[in-house]
Amino acid sequence: MSQGNLLEVDNLITSFDTERGMLRAVDHVSFSIPHGKTVGIVGESGCGKSVTAMSIVRLLPQPSGKVLGGEIRFMGEDLLHASDKRMREIRGGKIGVIFQEPMSALNPVHRIGRQVAEVFRIHKDMSKKDAWDAATEMLDLLRIPAPEKRMMDYPHHLSGGMRQRVVIAMALACRPSLLIADEPTTALDVTVQAQILDLLENLQSDIGMSVMLITHDLGVIAETCDEVVVMYAGRVVESAPVEELFGNPLHAYTQALLRSIPTLETPPKSVLPTIPGTVAGLGEHTHSCRFCQRMGRKSSMTRERPKFKEVQPGHWLEICKECSNL
Amino acid sequence: MFKPVSEFPLLTAEDLRVHFPVRTGLFMKQTGAVKAVDGVSLQLGVGETLGLVGESGCGKSTLGKALVRLLNPTSGKIFFDGREITHLGQGALRPLRRDFQMIFQDPAESLDARMSVRSLVEEPFRIHGMGNRAERKKWVDDLLETVGLSASSAEKYSFEFSGGQRQRIGIARALALKPKWLVCDEPVSALDVSVQSQILNLLVDLQKDFGLSYLFIAHDLSVVKHVSDRVAVMYLGKIVELADSETIYRDPRHAYTKALLSAVPNADIKVKRKKILLEGDVPSPIDPPAGSAFGHRMSHPRYEETIGMDLSLREIAPGHWVAADPTCLEPEDWEKLRV
Repeated sequence: MSQGNLLEVDNLITSFDTERGMLRAVDHVSFSIPHGKTVGIVGESGCGKSVTAMSIVRLLPQPSGKVLGGEIRFMGEDLLHASDKRMREIRGGKIGVIFQEPMSALNPVHRIGRQVAEVFRIHKDMSKKDAWDAATEMLDLLRIPAPEKRMMDYPHHLSGGMRQRVVIAMALACRPSLLIADEPTTALDVTVQAQILDLLENLQSDIGMSVMLITHDLGVIAETCDEVVVMYAGRVVESAPVEELFGNPLHAYTQALLRSIPTLETPPKSVLPTIPGTVAGLGEHTHSCRFCQRMGRKSSMTRERPKFKEVQPGHWLEICKECSNL
Repeated sequence: MFKPVSEFPLLTAEDLRVHFPVRTGLFMKQTGAVKAVDGVSLQLGVGETLGLVGESGCGKSTLGKALVRLLNPTSGKIFFDGREITHLGQGALRPLRRDFQMIFQDPAESLDARMSVRSLVEEPFRIHGMGNRAERKKWVDDLLETVGLSASSAEKYSFEFSGGQRQRIGIARALALKPKWLVCDEPVSALDVSVQSQILNLLVDLQKDFGLSYLFIAHDLSVVKHVSDRVAVMYLGKIVELADSETIYRDPRHAYTKALLSAVPNADIKVKRKKILLEGDVPSPIDPPAGSAFGHRMSHPRYEETIGMDLSLREIAPGHWVAADPTCLEPEDWEKLRV
């Protein structure tokens, strides 16, 4: 991995302590986010994409969630061994985080203004008045109409799209170097989604930040990301620059995922290719290739873990006899 | 009068309106109304899928519920199989309910967690007093097989299943009474893509096997295009464009349809389309603009003209209906439609 990376995640292992023992949700995940680029993390629910994000910013559900191994380096700093105090400075300061459902990130009983200004008060140590002005400016930057009036509103006064803008305003208040966006537009209409994605793209080049975009929507990935990481059952099965991944997918899972979505070009009512079976539950995963396990292949019974290798410059692939098409 | 023609209409709605009263103050005086569905006319043919798209809050779910009489229409008429059902009481509706069913978005919430899959799927038979125990058992087993669930799943509970399998249980329940048409309200939007394609394939297969008609409500335009024969685009309680699905995606005429289509993220990396970005949100259906609702959102210079104008659907090409609205059409299309 090169020096040009803002964030490097190396062999991350995250487990949850449950009644059924330690369940490994993220299993040796490695990827990196270069400066100023957008990296998409894609996969089905339960593949560990959100847990990976939460591990980076130390927001795992407590006390059950634990990072058991690996390394996370952000701007050269080892995040896994940073103090809690340091992590609080980084979260919201250097790393902004936005979640899928904006309502759960906003406090329903406080005015928008107070919540956005709070970020400036805490991270920038501003006076009440300065923080309020900075917050108004931030709402304006996110093209929220009549920002002075919106500052006095409560979250329930706003539409879903406007709420998500407020959450983005809070995440970007300190001009972070990295924005982690976990399904930021999934709950929104396509028209509003297009507005928000356009806005994020513009802000990204203004601020010069990197974005880690978690989504299950391959369309969103294709339109906004520079690089893509495909996760399956807690592991990265493939990662590559976006044109390479869509043009030359090498892992059977990536290929199946790309085939199974209807596009506006698919013949109507034709049979869509499907992926048979279901993802095995946490704790039932095989040690070897997990997509083989889903397909019910015998090769999934072996104990050998598939290697994750760079097969072409920038194109990483989990090597499995059955699943990788080299 | 607008009549989009289906050769054999199974269902016809004429100028349907569903308004919810807004009550305020101490004596709960009615001060206004949410015009969720405001003058919708449509027809659904036998074996046809009509897709219904639009942003959240445009009234598409309300329309679906009103058509199966889960909500009472404020005015307008609904005909099913040639019989008017707009004002039938619950008792008179019950035998008809066999013919129309609904599939909901979130299968977890529409299935009772304390009932086994067998009793869930059997419930419609019991309500309608059909069959004896042995017969019902066989019917349930057949239904589970039809929707691709193993016979052993009958004794389990819905929470033991994944989202896709739960949706299959919901579909089995809806199919139990051999309905003629189904309202599918966002049936796949809560599912992962790989599971989504399984459910879409199932719905398409069932339609072929049983000659079902669907009203397919979804916000994912690629999904709607995939399953629909015709597509209706809804904006603020009204249908603004309706055509066969190929036409509406290839040659949209209404500015809102164009914007909606351009906003769909495209997984084809080689195609870069220009997006039409809409400003703002859907206006409130409590106090809709007096003229063209979409013209108002776009702050169109000709908006004032549309106040009081008849903006109903007119046929611009055979089978292609669009709202006659000068603020939302290309000038040459508007010239064709103005009377």
